Amino acid sequence: MTTLTPPISDAQIRALKVGDPVEVTGTLFTGRDAVHKYLAKGGALPAGLDLRGGILYHCGPVVIKDEAGRWKVVAAGPTTSTREEPYQARIIEQFGLRGVIGKGGMGERTLAACQAHGCAYLHAVGGAAQVLAECITAVRNVYFLEEFGSPEAIWELEVERFPAVVTMDARGGSLHRDVFEASRAALAERL
Amino acid sequence: MTGLQASLLELIRRTSAEIPDDVQRTILVALEREKAGTIAASAMELIQRNIELARKKSQPICQDTGSVLFYVDCPVGFDQIAFAETAREAVRQATRKGYLRQNSVDALTGKNYGTNIGPGAPTFHFHAHPGADVHVRLMLKGGGCENVGAQYSLPDEALGADRDLAGCRKAILDAVLQAQGKGCGPGVLGVCIGGDRATGYEFSKQQLLRTLDDRNPVPELDALEQDILNTANDLGIGPMGFGGKTTLLGVKIGTANRVPASYFVSISYMCWAYRRLGVTLDAQGHLQDWLY
Repeated sequence: MTTLTPPISDAQIRALKVGDPVEVTGTLFTGRDAVHKYLAKGGALPAGLDLRGGILYHCGPVVIKDEAGRWKVVAAGPTTSTREEPYQARIIEQFGLRGVIGKGGMGERTLAACQAHGCAYLHAVGGAAQVLAECITAVRNVYFLEEFGSPEAIWELEVERFPAVVTMDARGGSLHRDVFEASRAALAERL
Repeated sequence: MTGLQASLLELIRRTSAEIPDDVQRTILVALEREKAGTIAASAMELIQRNIELARKKSQPICQDTGSVLFYVDCPVGFDQIAFAETAREAVRQATRKGYLRQNSVDALTGKNYGTNIGPGAPTFHFHAHPGADVHVRLMLKGGGCENVGAQYSLPDEALGADRDLAGCRKAILDAVLQAQGKGCGPGVLGVCIGGDRATGYEFSKQQLLRTLDDRNPVPELDALEQDILNTANDLGIGPMGFGGKTTLLGVKIGTANRVPASYFVSISYMCWAYRRLGVTLDAQGHLQDWLY
C-alpha cells in the first residue's frame, strides 16, 4: 500500500503502476464539470489556491452546516470522470496536477497527459459515499460556491487514508483500455 | 407538518440511506463470487461496508441522490395536486436535512437553487387503480448510471441487429459493453422493447420497480433476461469495470406496442446503489406498510 501526501513528486507518481492500491492522506480538492470547463477555457484559480503537486477529486459532495455553522460533509463518493475528458489533459498540464481521483476511468488524451506530465488516475469506488466521507477529517475551504453551487464548487478537504486504486498510470498503462478490449473480444465470441 | 409530509420525508430518508433487501441479498452473492485479493473483491467489500455505514448513520448511500422519481398508484378521485405540493415540501425538507444533495439545476442558467424543486423536479408518475390504498414508490436515480442508458433503433447495421429477439440481445449487450464501469457496476438493466422514444425509456425505468428475484411471466422475456445476465457476467467487466465476475446484478425486460415503422430498444442502467423503496399510505397519508 502506497500512501500519497500532496504535494507529490514526479518520481513518486511515476513509480505507481496500474493495479496498485493507494491511500491519500492530506489535502484533496474537489472539482467536476463546471470547474473543468471554466479552467480549461482559461479561467483563473482563486487567489491563494495552488493545485501544483496536488490531487483533484471528481466529486460533488453532500455538505451541510452543523449547529455551530461549520461545514460537514455527509456523503462524498466520486462522480463519473469521462465527462471531463475534453478538459482534463490541459488542466493536468497547466495546473501541475499529480493525481486525479474519480470513477469509470478516462480516455487516451488524459492517459497521454499523465505520461507526459507525471500524473496518475486513481479510481475510488463509485457510490461509496459513506466510507469515503468517513475519511474526510476537515473542510478547510470552499471556492466558487456562489457561482457554481455546492456540488460543483471546489471544496478543500483534509483526508486520512482515503482509499483508491491506480487504474491509469504515468507509464501509459490503463486498466480501462485493457478491460474494454478484453470484454469486447469476449462479447464478440458470444454473439 | 401533515401526516402525508412526514410519511414522504421518511420515505425519502430511507430510500437515500437504505438499500432494499432484494438488492442487498444479490450484492452479498456477488461479493462471495469475486475472487479474494482482487481489486474487484476489494471494491465489493467496500460497497458492502458502505451499505452498512449508510444505514447506521442514516445518511445517503451515494452523494448523487439522483433524480427524484415518484410513482404513485392512487384511487380514482385522489387529489394529485395536493399530493405533489406536499411531496415537494418533503423534498425541500429532505434537502435541508442532507438526505438529498442540492441536486437540481436550472437547465438554462445552470443555477442551483439548493431546494431540488423546479420544472420536472421532482418527477411524478400517477396511475389510478381500483383499490382505496395509495402506494408511493420512490426511485433516486443517480446521473452516472443515467448517462450510460441507451436507446437503439433496429435494425442497427453496425451491430448486425435485426428486428427480432436476437437483435434486441445484441443491442442490450452492446449497452453493457459501452457502459463498462461508468454507471457504477455491478448494475441492473431495465429494458423496454418497443414503444415510442419517450415511453420506451419511461417503461424501461418502470422495470426497475420490479424486485431482483422475481421472474418474468413471459417465457421469451424470462429467457432473454437470464441470458443477458449470464452473458454479461462472462464478459469480465466486473465491479466498477475493474475486471471480475459480476458485471450485472439483474436484468428486467418489458415490452410496449410499437408502430410498424419503429423498433426501439430502450435501456436504463441502475447502479449498485439501487435506491428504490415504497410505502402504502392510508387516506390521511399515514404510513401503513413498506413495499419491498
